[in-house]
Amino acid sequence: MEPLLKVENIEKTYDGKKVLNGISFEMEKGNTKVIIGPSGTGKSTLLRCVNRLSEPEMGKVILDGQVVLDKTVEKEPRIDLNAIRSQVGMVFQNFNLFTHLSVLGNVTLGLTQVKGMKRKDAVERAMIEIDRVGLADKKDAYPALLSGGQQQRVSIARALAMDPKVILFDEPTSALDPELIGEVLQVMIKLAKEGMTMLCVTHEIGFARSVADEIIFLDEGKVLAHEPPEQLFSNNSSARIRTFLKKISELYGGE
Amino acid sequence: METSSGLMIIWESWPMFLSGTITAVQLCILFLGVGVVVAVPVSLSQIYGGKSLKFSASVFEQVFRGLPALVLLFLFYFGLAELDVSPLVAATLAMGLRSAAYQSQIFRGAILSIDSGQMVAARSIGMSRIRAIKCVILPQAIRLAIPPWSNEFANMIKDTSYVFVVGIIELMRQGRYVVAGSFGNALLVYSVIALIYLFLTYCGLFLMGRLSKKLAIPGFASAGAAMERI
Ligand SMILES: Nc1ncnc2c1ncn2[C@@H]1O[C@H](COP(=O)(O)OP(=O)(O)OP(=O)(O)O)[C@@H](O)[C@H]1O
Ligand SMILES: [Mg+2]
Repeated sequence: MEPLLKVENIEKTYDGKKVLNGISFEMEKGNTKVIIGPSGTGKSTLLRCVNRLSEPEMGKVILDGQVVLDKTVEKEPRIDLNAIRSQVGMVFQNFNLFTHLSVLGNVTLGLTQVKGMKRKDAVERAMIEIDRVGLADKKDAYPALLSGGQQQRVSIARALAMDPKVILFDEPTSALDPELIGEVLQVMIKLAKEGMTMLCVTHEIGFARSVADEIIFLDEGKVLAHEPPEQLFSNNSSARIRTFLKKISELYGGE
Repeated sequence: METSSGLMIIWESWPMFLSGTITAVQLCILFLGVGVVVAVPVSLSQIYGGKSLKFSASVFEQVFRGLPALVLLFLFYFGLAELDVSPLVAATLAMGLRSAAYQSQIFRGAILSIDSGQMVAARSIGMSRIRAIKCVILPQAIRLAIPPWSNEFANMIKDTSYVFVVGIIELMRQGRYVVAGSFGNALLVYSVIALIYLFLTYCGLFLMGRLSKKLAIPGFASAGAAMERI
């Protein structure tokens, strides 16, 4: 079977420094993959390269048979990037909600503006997702008056409403107070179990252990390991990986 | 005896004051309107434009902010005399573009104060850059711009008085006519005019404050900040 998402040999340079140095991986539909690795190692950059919010110099990305990026050919075919991006959800560390819009407004904006849905249908669709993240009673609230955990759940609903083929999470719980992390992780675990395809940068080892099909360990722009959690967390991993895992379990209290 | 006859003359000249006031308000709206229409693309060019757009927008801003209003008026009216521009057209170009330069700074500041993450989020759900500007950036920028924009309004209602130098019959010029017909009772007449400008400024700022409150979003920007600038 063709993988849902195929990322091949991505290279990205910032200021003469190779931030991503030949990254390849594939995701099956319904998979959850977790990306971990030290700070500044290119995790966020990699996610942004998947939907071309950052432009890599080399590599190829295929989503569900559609070419998203192809630097292997002289002349790339015409690609409707906005159409592609509307199929790739993205959840950010800082939520990035639209502050002038209510919860409902945040979730419907993409539906009316990108998908061209009628207002009434958009509201109906949005309410399903808002309910799914447990915020139906907050639908008219504005972002500034919500807790961090609630804001992040809204941003997940915003991504879900677009009916994405895959959702990219970039450290969705890193900006949250410890007591708010759980409510966001619960939503993510539920999504993973319901069969959503998810690519998550996170240091929540508990989450990685319980729902990730595979973990990608990124280090200095390279994939150092790509294996199921049991294997990565076993003692057979390289010293580099074990040191890092020990450090984050101290920091995030994962173990 | 003399003051009372002065008061009499002012009383009898009310149609001139009224017509001057209406003209001042109309000019103010016209100049600010031209200012908004030009300032929004100028500020967007300065932020999102390519090198040459950015450069041209900055040159425009620097020139029109850097020149005195009277110099601009003379340039557009007497300088373009060959083209036979009417006083109103010359005044609208001079004052409107001057206001655009100031307003572009206001809008640029407002846009830049919006966290860039929102643009990224908008692009990530598949919005084009233009759509994101229209649906995400501008609605917030307008709200953030209201308090500084009220300042621009307060300046503009006063600055309409400059255009009497190109022969437009606005409040100041009507005042001169009244003075001429009142045997030189200048103090009284110009005091009335001063009161009218104060009243217009106050009304305008009051309306801006109301608008700001009406558009206020819970937890976002500050409602009523415009009123504090009186
Ligand atoms: N827009 C940019 N311009 C220049 N350099 C950048 C840019 N974005 C990222 N970098 C650099 O690329 C490298 C990788 O950054 P990236 O944000 O992808 O790392 P990360 O793994 O997500 O780190 P963190 O765990 O801190 O989020 C860093 O050295 C960073 O300084
Ligand atoms: Mg990062």
